[in-house]
Amino acid sequence: MPDEPGRLEAAVAAGVLASEEEFARLLRSIVEVARAIFGAKASSILLFDEETDELVFAAVASESEQSLVGRRMPSSTGIAGWVLSSRTPLVLDDVRNDPRFARDVAERTGYVPQGLMAVPLLDDERVLGVLQVLDRPQRSRFSLQEMELLGLFANQAAIALSLLTSARTARAALAGEGDVAAVARLAAALDRLEDDGRGAAVSLLGSLADLLGRARD
Amino acid sequence: MSEVAALAAEHEEPLPAWSLPRDATQRIAIANPLPERVDREWAIGGATGSGVRVCILDSGVEAGHPLVGDLAGAVSIAIDENGDPVAEEDAEGDLCGHGTACAGVVRAIAPEAEIHSVRVLGAGFTGSGKVLLAGLRWAVAQGYDVVNMSLSTTKRQFGELLHDVADTAYFNGTVLVASAHNMPVESFPWRFSSVVSVGSHEEDDPLVWYANPDPPVEFFARGVDVDVAWLGGGTIRATGNSFATPCISGVAALILSKHPALTPFQVKTILYLTSTNVAEPHGA
Repeated sequence: MPDEPGRLEAAVAAGVLASEEEFARLLRSIVEVARAIFGAKASSILLFDEETDELVFAAVASESEQSLVGRRMPSSTGIAGWVLSSRTPLVLDDVRNDPRFARDVAERTGYVPQGLMAVPLLDDERVLGVLQVLDRPQRSRFSLQEMELLGLFANQAAIALSLLTSARTARAALAGEGDVAAVARLAAALDRLEDDGRGAAVSLLGSLADLLGRARD
Repeated sequence: MSEVAALAAEHEEPLPAWSLPRDATQRIAIANPLPERVDREWAIGGATGSGVRVCILDSGVEAGHPLVGDLAGAVSIAIDENGDPVAEEDAEGDLCGHGTACAGVVRAIAPEAEIHSVRVLGAGFTGSGKVLLAGLRWAVAQGYDVVNMSLSTTKRQFGELLHDVADTAYFNGTVLVASAHNMPVESFPWRFSSVVSVGSHEEDDPLVWYANPDPPVEFFARGVDVDVAWLGGGTIRATGNSFATPCISGVAALILSKHPALTPFQVKTILYLTSTNVAEPHGA
């Protein structure tokens, strides 16, 4: 099956992109900075999984809650679901006054916050997930400036998530059966060659590229 | 008289054109409904929202919540197996709390308004833009006086379609009140001039609203640290344009309960004339 246009290039580019572990570190760093700038107790990024229509914890800034990473929840219920579907941030305080809300959050996260901020991670017209910041200090009032800061910060997180999702798509293509995978196998074989054999193979591939270019013209 | 005009006159039907013949000007005489000076007393003094139908297009509304009371109707919009939108009676209530919060804000300002819930969230993220569009179409077709839309979509393909529905609402006499986005992104329908768009100010009073001389956001209302109704009969404190929007919806309901014949264009003008910075420019 031919791959989508552009995927081949994306897949080759993925070879020089960061690994899954590096992305995990990037996301972790984002939630840690979010927690620090808002002086909050915890922060997390939930990635939207389009295939299963679920939200997945991708990073959590809280040592005790690392087991949450990978946990899934429906994409359209609760606060994060509302933020995802409506693409609108929400800032809530005194949430423990609402027993149903508290139970709902506790069941999902094992932790009942006093307050939370949740903001959609938007990449142009797509929504990639939700950034949550839990229990920032209860100052006298929330300010619109904080809302602005949250939006700016979410923008940065969205760029990181966008890179992550493109790299995942490209890697999936490399591992599959399509054109991209055929090129990947070729690249892997080339990697295994040494000196003379490698020089000859590169020269052969150069000729092949010329030939394919002419065939297209 | 032309042959066509004579034929139309014979059948006593208006000409099929967007124009006004000289002899029809008397037929469209309109008594100016506005007094010489529009102030808050004239606009909303003594008004309760009675007789006005307000629709909350959101995550559903918890019926019987102490801050909301009874609902006059509740439907949920879903997409059926053929991909078509369907409206069904909604027994699930509110799946998030957000719609209940908006309904409570309207109820606090316009205690006797009818509140109807149209749920467009909760049926799965996929297709949520389609459900939102179908829900708004449904609400406009019901002829609600005010539709509160504390949400928006970033999908451009729905933007254009929403634009058409917003215009239909405007001409059919439905005041569509929509939240501006809290982030610097393009989203719809709040950017359209046929809707009343709302952002937040930081003051505490639900009856303080400002007209913005620098649109697209047209009005600012209370949206920071607001105590709002939430699930299970409770309340929480919330911040966002979502909660400023129903303040303006509530005021629009008050205006329409006192002056039911006004058009959305006139309601917006009255909101402008009675806004805190226009009616009391020096903080009088």
